[in-house]
Amino acid sequence: MSSIEFRKDLFADERDDDLNEIGKPTIRQDIIGHVTGRTRFYDDYLFDGLLHMRCVRSPHHHARIRSVDFSAAERMPGVRRIIRPQDVPHNINTLLSLINFGRDDEQLLSTDKVSYMGEPILAIVAETERQARDAVHAVRVDWEELPHVLDVEEALIPDAPVVNPEYPNNTFDYHALYDHQKLRFGDVEAAIEKADFVVEGEYQMSPIEQAPVETCGAIAAPEQNGRFVCHTSTQALFFSLGTTAKQLDMPSSRLHFIGGTVGGGFGGKVDSHHEPLAVLGAVLTGSPVKYTWDRTEEMRVGAPRGAERWRLRDGVMRDGRIVAREFTGFFDSGAYTRLSSYAIIKGSGHLPGPYTIPNVASNVYCVYTNRTPATAMRGFGITGVDFAIECHMDKVAETVGMNPIELRILNAYRDGDMKAHRRLAKNTALIECCQVAAQKAGVPLSAEASAAKSSEGGGIGERADIPETITDDMGRIGDRRQREIPTEPFGGATNRGRVPAGTRGEAVVAAEVQDPEMQIDPTRIGHSVSQAAGTAAPVEPPRPVQPTPPPIPTPQPLTPPPAPVPAAPQPTRPQSAFADPTEASPAQSTPYRPDKPFQRGVKRPGVSSFISGTRRR
Amino acid sequence: MTKSPVQFTLNGTETGVFVNGGANLLDVIRREAGDLAPKLGCAQGGCGACTVMIDGETHLACLTLAETVEGKRVETATSLANGPQLHPLQKAFVEGFAAQCGFCTPGMLMAAKALLDANPSPTREQVTEAIAGNICRCTGYEPIINAILTAAAELRGRISA
Amino acid sequence: MTVHKGRGFACINYPIGMNLGGDPSQALVHATPDGKFMVTLSAIDLGQGMKSVTRQIAAEALGVPIADVYVDTADSDTGPHDMGSFASRGTHRMGNAVIRAATEARRAMLDAAADELEVNASDLETDGHGNIQVKGAPSRAITIEDTAIAAQFKQGRTLSGRGIFLIPPSEADPNTGEMSPVTCFAHAALVVDLEVDDETGEVTVIEINSAYEVGRALNEKLVEQQLIGGAWMGISHALYETTEPYYPDRSHAPGDFVEYLQPSPGDVATHNIAVLERPAEDAPYGGKGPGEMCANPVLPAVANAIYDAVGVRCDRLPITPEKILRGIQNNGGAQPKGAL
Repeated sequence: MSSIEFRKDLFADERDDDLNEIGKPTIRQDIIGHVTGRTRFYDDYLFDGLLHMRCVRSPHHHARIRSVDFSAAERMPGVRRIIRPQDVPHNINTLLSLINFGRDDEQLLSTDKVSYMGEPILAIVAETERQARDAVHAVRVDWEELPHVLDVEEALIPDAPVVNPEYPNNTFDYHALYDHQKLRFGDVEAAIEKADFVVEGEYQMSPIEQAPVETCGAIAAPEQNGRFVCHTSTQALFFSLGTTAKQLDMPSSRLHFIGGTVGGGFGGKVDSHHEPLAVLGAVLTGSPVKYTWDRTEEMRVGAPRGAERWRLRDGVMRDGRIVAREFTGFFDSGAYTRLSSYAIIKGSGHLPGPYTIPNVASNVYCVYTNRTPATAMRGFGITGVDFAIECHMDKVAETVGMNPIELRILNAYRDGDMKAHRRLAKNTALIECCQVAAQKAGVPLSAEASAAKSSEGGGIGERADIPETITDDMGRIGDRRQREIPTEPFGGATNRGRVPAGTRGEAVVAAEVQDPEMQIDPTRIGHSVSQAAGTAAPVEPPRPVQPTPPPIPTPQPLTPPPAPVPAAPQPTRPQSAFADPTEASPAQSTPYRPDKPFQRGVKRPGVSSFISGTRRR
Repeated sequence: MTKSPVQFTLNGTETGVFVNGGANLLDVIRREAGDLAPKLGCAQGGCGACTVMIDGETHLACLTLAETVEGKRVETATSLANGPQLHPLQKAFVEGFAAQCGFCTPGMLMAAKALLDANPSPTREQVTEAIAGNICRCTGYEPIINAILTAAAELRGRISA
Repeated sequence: MTVHKGRGFACINYPIGMNLGGDPSQALVHATPDGKFMVTLSAIDLGQGMKSVTRQIAAEALGVPIADVYVDTADSDTGPHDMGSFASRGTHRMGNAVIRAATEARRAMLDAAADELEVNASDLETDGHGNIQVKGAPSRAITIEDTAIAAQFKQGRTLSGRGIFLIPPSEADPNTGEMSPVTCFAHAALVVDLEVDDETGEVTVIEINSAYEVGRALNEKLVEQQLIGGAWMGISHALYETTEPYYPDRSHAPGDFVEYLQPSPGDVATHNIAVLERPAEDAPYGGKGPGEMCANPVLPAVANAIYDAVGVRCDRLPITPEKILRGIQNNGGAQPKGAL
């Protein structure tokens, strides 16, 4: 039997516990519906004359489609419509184009080739699910199998098969510059040289299925007045609506999406593939159409939590202090981008875990392989690297001969510490969690570890400082197609630059309330805030840039490209932030510089003018 | 395709439907009889979301041919409440926070109902055994097991009272 | 055959609500004619309790009893825009949007009551039981029902509010990775006790002792639901689950719940939880979303406990009996460590 206790004694001075409704164990609003079976999930909306959709899918990891013959399927009983790729008005998308991140790289129904087993090329609408299944089996496809690649690091070899034509390097393009997301804080190599121990490890998380008990699906039907209603299991109603509007080239005002009650999601219901197809089916047949995955599709075609491979290298002092940590990460995105590239940014901002380490570097790759595209799942972008970090912490503890919990408390981040992504830590509570867990399990801690507090000892001296940081320009887009490049940070880099100590931009905080009437009285929120404005996050005061020696002119760091054209207003960086070291000295090598600003999320007419690996030639 | 008539009692009500050959009971209950409580989770007999009771025993409706329930008594989670009065199992699930998304709940309740009908004083092990065919991805099962034991105790109390 | 006991530790923090892309949520609140409140959203409840937690937040911010609030979600015709339920953003973003909408509605409600009571709205407070009263003079009061009736049928006012919460887009720096990914972090630490059978490689998780810091438990039972269920999923990820057991080889892919392994009801481990609450400044009532982070520390803690039990470092998930047995074999036998 499990137990739960609320340690109200901890952080009691930061909290007001006499709120009226907040904190109470009020029964769930939806629970009566759940236990009486009256809760209505998307499939609990019944339509007369409902048609069923099934997809013809690739049996190969990677293959060219020579021809598709659906003449027999078309004549089968109950078949109402064969939906071909050319029936999809805008047959290319990437999920995060709705926030202008990444390039359209995935078709709803694929035309020329397939890049994973299970990729859909045709959708068939029939009167019964059985008839739709039978018709799918009657479609004849002439496939030309292509060489495939399944391992993330094999996919980075220059002559590896190209999985995703939009990204011929088999890597997502970060910031129109690199084939990976960088994190650079301090000088990892110098610190590792001075460390007493170097601890290395490699960690791997295999793909994991979200496995909600309700599979993903949608039912679309013609509504009155030329609109279409869509009942969906989506985790993101307006993502699915927006994606449908884009792919069907239909004003969003003609779409009426209903959801909000979902039979488990865990991240597996954000990809918005069912809604466009179901609505398209309803448009083309004039009837209600259901498109849902069966359980096997949910497990094999539905995007899993992607595999991740992480390599860690720590520089550790004899007393247990970690002075440097280097990461190399590979996210297996599968054949298309979906959300992996975004999760990598989230993951990079998370490094080096909840510890204050003065020198951190990471390269993280979003790699395309010939497998089911990956997507979000509970802890997305973090679960895999937390597994790596925390297994690694135990290796470090063993190396220095310390109690693993005390090692963590020693290195734990505290209020006021500078994190590797150059924002100050606040509201930290790792130490207290360690202490309480140890106490509950009966693990004795040293007096020092027991006395440590998150609110004390942080933000002092170099803990709060941004060190001079070494950068490099390895892994520029297209480089890998031409020659092999080490994946780890600085691996043989010759071009190095230095970002002066103290350099940082401004923290982005919540937008102000549009009307003061919406601003809750700060005395009614149950905790203190640092500004009278209320719930908006406090603006970190811009730290003065510390006096630093002028940037070392050689070797020359790269010049960033012109700023991408943003779709939404971008926060302006104060000029102290990231004072571009290249502006101080003229370019010595010819840096990569695209001739046009690159607008993210937009597929240019015809062949992309910004295909990775070809642009530089 | 010819349809054949099937008559059965659904949650105490005489029900008659015409079904296609090979139609499964889950589809018939949901689409023909309009009782949406049992859910389709896998159609493979692997998740238990469609669990119903047929003549007092649990069956997976998705794997049951509709024609085989001719003349039988079929009960779904809809049958549990007595009008507005929740069944002790339902009450225990509500108060014990034994559901999150709620998709497995109707099937889980029927597995529990069948257990308590047959064995009013189950051990914890017997409860876990009884719901071993029902997958819940949200709760970690423990609140469900606790709720079933709570309901069992309440039902025993009612009987002895 | 020997069963070895092992103990492992891990601790984590978790970013609550990623905001690099710009991440708005909107909410609308309006009163019915008799002074109950409808909250209209497009947020998704996938079991985490979105409808319930926003209901409590709305009731608290309005100053009305929970029974007088109902949350309606998600219909795109009526619910205003929301990005969705993912990245632990639901409570943080939508909760803040609901606070703003409820605050505006509350202001309108107090203004209407002030007219009825002929006092200044700033002198009024709610008692949390459906009444509005003059501060320090509770006998001068009006019910919220009467206020709503007066507002609508006498004064010609709506008691409604709009709310949006947005953390504007920001980009990561290409060269240093500088970014503003989130505004708060949740925390967790736990000790896992387990047993490893060195003949079969089977692992039995016996007990978890944990501490989770969630900012504020907005509903104690909803938090407990997440922590118990999430730790179960953590054990499942650590020991059982994958769609590719021999990754990167794609063979042996499961296609049903018989082949896709998870702990059954009989495999539930005892989990003793302590909840810590250090409110985050910009989170609704300080609450951070516990739903995602709760599984994360379990995976490494299980791996560390297995090393502790038999001396096998399992750096590849999931940690199947096969991997453990191969490790024991490579080491020439089990090598218990007993580090904790």
